[in-house]
Amino acid sequence: MFAEFLQYLFTGITIGATYALIALGFTLIYNASHVINFAQGEFLMVGGMATVSLTAMGVPMILAVVLAVILAGLLGIALQRLAIAPARQADVVTLIIITIGASIFIRGLAQLVWGKQYHVMPNFSTSEPIEVFGAVLNSQSLWVLGVGAVLVVALVLFFTKTLIGKAILATSMNKEAARLVGIRTQMVLMLAFMVSALLGSVAGIVVAPITFTSYDIGVILGLKGFVAAAIGGLGSGVGAVVGGLALGIVEAMAAGYISSDYKDAVAFSMILLVLFFMPRGLFGAKVVERV
Amino acid sequence: MLNRFMQSRLRGLVILALILIILPAFLGNPFHYELVTQMAIIAATVVGLNLLVGFAGQISLGHAGFFGLGAYFTGIATGTYGWSSIPALVAGAIAVGIIAWVVGRPILRLKGHYLSMATLAVGFIIAIILNNERAITGGPDGMPVPALNLFGWELSTFGQYSLFGVEISGVQAWYILASLVLLLAVWFALNLIESPIGRALRSVKGSEVAASVVGVDTARYKSLVFVISAVYASVMGSLYAHFQGFITPAVASFEFSILLITMVVLGGMGSTFGVILGAVVLKLLPQLLANFQELETVMFGLILMLTMIFMPKGLLPTLTALVAGKVRKKTGGKA
Repeated sequence: MFAEFLQYLFTGITIGATYALIALGFTLIYNASHVINFAQGEFLMVGGMATVSLTAMGVPMILAVVLAVILAGLLGIALQRLAIAPARQADVVTLIIITIGASIFIRGLAQLVWGKQYHVMPNFSTSEPIEVFGAVLNSQSLWVLGVGAVLVVALVLFFTKTLIGKAILATSMNKEAARLVGIRTQMVLMLAFMVSALLGSVAGIVVAPITFTSYDIGVILGLKGFVAAAIGGLGSGVGAVVGGLALGIVEAMAAGYISSDYKDAVAFSMILLVLFFMPRGLFGAKVVERV
Repeated sequence: MLNRFMQSRLRGLVILALILIILPAFLGNPFHYELVTQMAIIAATVVGLNLLVGFAGQISLGHAGFFGLGAYFTGIATGTYGWSSIPALVAGAIAVGIIAWVVGRPILRLKGHYLSMATLAVGFIIAIILNNERAITGGPDGMPVPALNLFGWELSTFGQYSLFGVEISGVQAWYILASLVLLLAVWFALNLIESPIGRALRSVKGSEVAASVVGVDTARYKSLVFVISAVYASVMGSLYAHFQGFITPAVASFEFSILLITMVVLGGMGSTFGVILGAVVLKLLPQLLANFQELETVMFGLILMLTMIFMPKGLLPTLTALVAGKVRKKTGGKA
């Protein structure tokens, strides 16, 4: 009984940590530019796929990871420079369509380069599962959690200790004021997209051995990240982490105790419930709208 | 007299009717007819969605859910329970309208991205149910749908019919039906937009607060237009199911929802004829790109991005502005 519960909890926390990282990426871009980036999931896909194919080509694991992350970072910059920046004046729905166009474009490229089949990535360390109180823990889960925790701490330090991080925060709070005190807001937006892509690609790489990877995994993972971000309250970093973990755990419990067919429905019902009772998510700011 | 008529709201409708009448001259084979019929059905869906998105300013990323519900209601009622088509279509539309009303009340209180998130969730839940209730819906494999039955008269794409003495094939008959339905959908939308309801909706889009200050019951009007656009989707879903003769949960998928909203935005939000153009372009594009095979998806994404970056107002509004600009230049800026 307890072992079963623990098993679902492990699964939930592992996948929840991935959702949290994707949600943080959404949050970062949303804060800096009020854009919902529907291409967020593609960063994950590119990270995972590039690592798999580079290691298959004989590149050492560490180097492959670094190269994949750099590739995703460049992709993030390109997305902001080439697609978002030129459409600065467009309204919300138009921007959504642009990022959807970008995600279709990237997915198409990935399909050309890597084909349609699933790619398998070996675990980072041992493939031996670890036993805890009768439940089985995949060693890769520890990697996901560890890397996730490190990234969250690094992000917090980045925003509170570095000038660039503070500049991003300032831009998100008030773009005009930030520009007045000499912050190059276009540069900041570019950075936000880059950091968001880095986060996404790392999430994609650490989770690839568990979920496998293919050119189209970005769609559903990106959506789940979006759900997690909205549960937490768009724009809240804490919310993204809590939302991600909550979503992962609820999903795993629903799959285990109710029906795995309906686990996605549970995730989407959860967002509806949260939004019905808290229209700005769990940690969303109570904004007074100016008329 | 003619002049005044041409300036009225019927002008666009007449032009659309003329296009639909002339079009068969360019349609070579049954496949062309099928494509154009699909276009007309989807265009009518998008005209309904545009009432919500373009005029009331409320985003829906789950509209395929209502289309799918309409399609499956028809499929199950006519296929499994042997209902006649029209009662099934009407009952389906009423059921979907009620669902949209119940779901819409709490959802439409949300704004911006939260609203899009919630509509996306509703669409997803519908698609998941259609996928999983195998006993009723056939699951991911889909289910067959009988031919459309119009007052005892069967309309199948394989049939042969005689209309006023002219022999026409099933696909041609379907084309005529879909054209009439599209014209009806546009006519209804144009009238709604010009009515007091339409004015109320536009005031909601402009500023919800200002609208409620001048006494517009914004919640009621938003729910109303949500229901109307959902009913549009349901009816078109029912027709689509009959036309295809076979449906899968793809009719309610997230991808299809995205395609519908993209048609609205690409064609030009708030422009009834613009969104029809959007539907035509996005339905035609994959056909044209099929020659590029492997590159199809890449090109599709690229074209979508570029159009939205350089024509953020959408195709038709940008094109009309361009033409108007040219005309003004010719007349020496007097216009």
